[in-house]
Amino acid sequence: MAVTLEDVEKVAYLARLKLSGEKGRFISQLNRILDYIAQLEELDTGGVPPTSHVLPLKNVFREDEARPSVPREELMANAPAEHMGYFKVPRAIE
Amino acid sequence: MELWELSAYELSARIRNGELRAKDLVFSVLQRIREMEPLIHAYISLDEEGALRKAEEVDARVARGEKVGALAGVPVAVKDNICIKGGRTTCASKILENFVSPYDATVIEKLKAADVVLLGKTNLDEFAMGSSTENSYFGPTRNPHDQERVPGGSSGGSAAALAAGEAVLALGSDTGGSIRQPASFCGVVGLKPTYGRVSRYGLVAFASSLDQIGPMARNVRDTALLLKVISGYDPKDSTSAPVDVPDFTGVLDEGIEGIRIGLPREYFAEGLDDEVRERVMEAVDLLEGEGAEIVEVSLPHTKYAIATYYIIAPAEASSNLARYDGVKYGFRAEGEDLYQMYCNTRGQGFGEEVKRRIMLGTYTLSAGYYEAYYLKALKVRTLIKQDFDEAFKTCDLLATPTSPTVAFRLGEKVADPLTMYLSDVYTVSVNLAGLPGISVPCGSSDGLPVGLQLIGRPFDEETLLRVAYVVEGSLKGRSEP
Repeated sequence: MAVTLEDVEKVAYLARLKLSGEKGRFISQLNRILDYIAQLEELDTGGVPPTSHVLPLKNVFREDEARPSVPREELMANAPAEHMGYFKVPRAIE
Repeated sequence: MELWELSAYELSARIRNGELRAKDLVFSVLQRIREMEPLIHAYISLDEEGALRKAEEVDARVARGEKVGALAGVPVAVKDNICIKGGRTTCASKILENFVSPYDATVIEKLKAADVVLLGKTNLDEFAMGSSTENSYFGPTRNPHDQERVPGGSSGGSAAALAAGEAVLALGSDTGGSIRQPASFCGVVGLKPTYGRVSRYGLVAFASSLDQIGPMARNVRDTALLLKVISGYDPKDSTSAPVDVPDFTGVLDEGIEGIRIGLPREYFAEGLDDEVRERVMEAVDLLEGEGAEIVEVSLPHTKYAIATYYIIAPAEASSNLARYDGVKYGFRAEGEDLYQMYCNTRGQGFGEEVKRRIMLGTYTLSAGYYEAYYLKALKVRTLIKQDFDEAFKTCDLLATPTSPTVAFRLGEKVADPLTMYLSDVYTVSVNLAGLPGISVPCGSSDGLPVGLQLIGRPFDEETLLRVAYVVEGSLKGRSEP
């Protein structure tokens, strides 16, 4: 499953990352890391359940009660661009 | 002895009974910071004004005979991926360079209630991804024991601040060893609590099923004190555990008679530096002399731990870091449309290691590879966890080296990411299994500190602290630069 330039470009697209000089390095580094990771294939994991989380937690519920949250102005203060209390972004549709 | 050299338990006792002014202690530490920072670069930001204001408040309350918190007046450094309201939380990333935290992390609320003095935010590998603190947008931190060497990572700033006397206590975070390995490299104590012991609310997420905040200090008692203050169930973190918080200091003097310590043979195999092995075995012999029983155990899936970790952690990271999009907060690079803006922002805002891990995580989660990589890793994670369950049937805790080597040189592993990843070989399994682990100094090799790692059963930090306390007391392994 060797990673090609095309794979790197596709994954960068999925991850919304514009790569420049690192693209070439990533091809060889990702291949090396994935080669290493491939050693898991030698393990028989048939019948082994996956562990996504170590605690025996199921759904954690709480009462649906209204509570104050962080004031809007305080959150908007971190916005790179803001217009009348809204986040401002570049054109998204033609 | 200067005030900045003393322990938190001694300092807080003297401050609370009015013998020592918190303000004098803060002055001492700030003076030390001014001397050491140009050499070490442990901090990203300092809050001198806030620190002095808090110290004055503590002094005034003590003078009036009011009750003050358990760590009143003790100067604490906080890793810069933990939010303190009103201050910057950068995660050592360009993408959060100017981010101001709108709220306190739960651990910070608890520290404030304990009346500590918050000194500032310490350096780390960007988004806690790294083992050397070289992946910081703000430049590397240096090891106080040898400035040509790394302090470890990713909590390298917190570990170095403690070792250099630039803080009395510190908070770190540990996803694959990021508290224990820098503690080992800098000759301080660092504890990664059981997953769920400490709230993650206000910790910037890296890999949510692995991340834990934990205490770092120059001695075991201080570590126990700080752990007690930050622990506990938090409704704001649905993965925090509703378990009681013991008085972690209460057990320190109980000794270790009859405790069974397991040595996992896979942790003493190929790749372990000879002198590190010797120091660790000397500590084990010493524990046997103090009444512990030593047994050999096996964790047969250890060799798969790094591969498993470097699938799961980047996968979770690629998802968690999707939030940095240049819209809601943080750095934005312009683009002609929304898609270009996202790509430019993330391309310019993240450093190379973060991008590499996002790429790796996105790849292993993408269509066609999910089962072969991610699902497979989750299954191996089960096997790794079962190894520990099995081992804990015959022993109460495990003793291992924290790291296969002492601190390496700056630049030594930068060019080869896989080599850097392999240096986490003894620490990542603990996160995958959600267990508590501590690194305590156990001597040195060529003047560089060596750390002993102790791994415990879930929620049994007390046994780790008890055993670490015996190591510390017998070895006086703590070396000051």
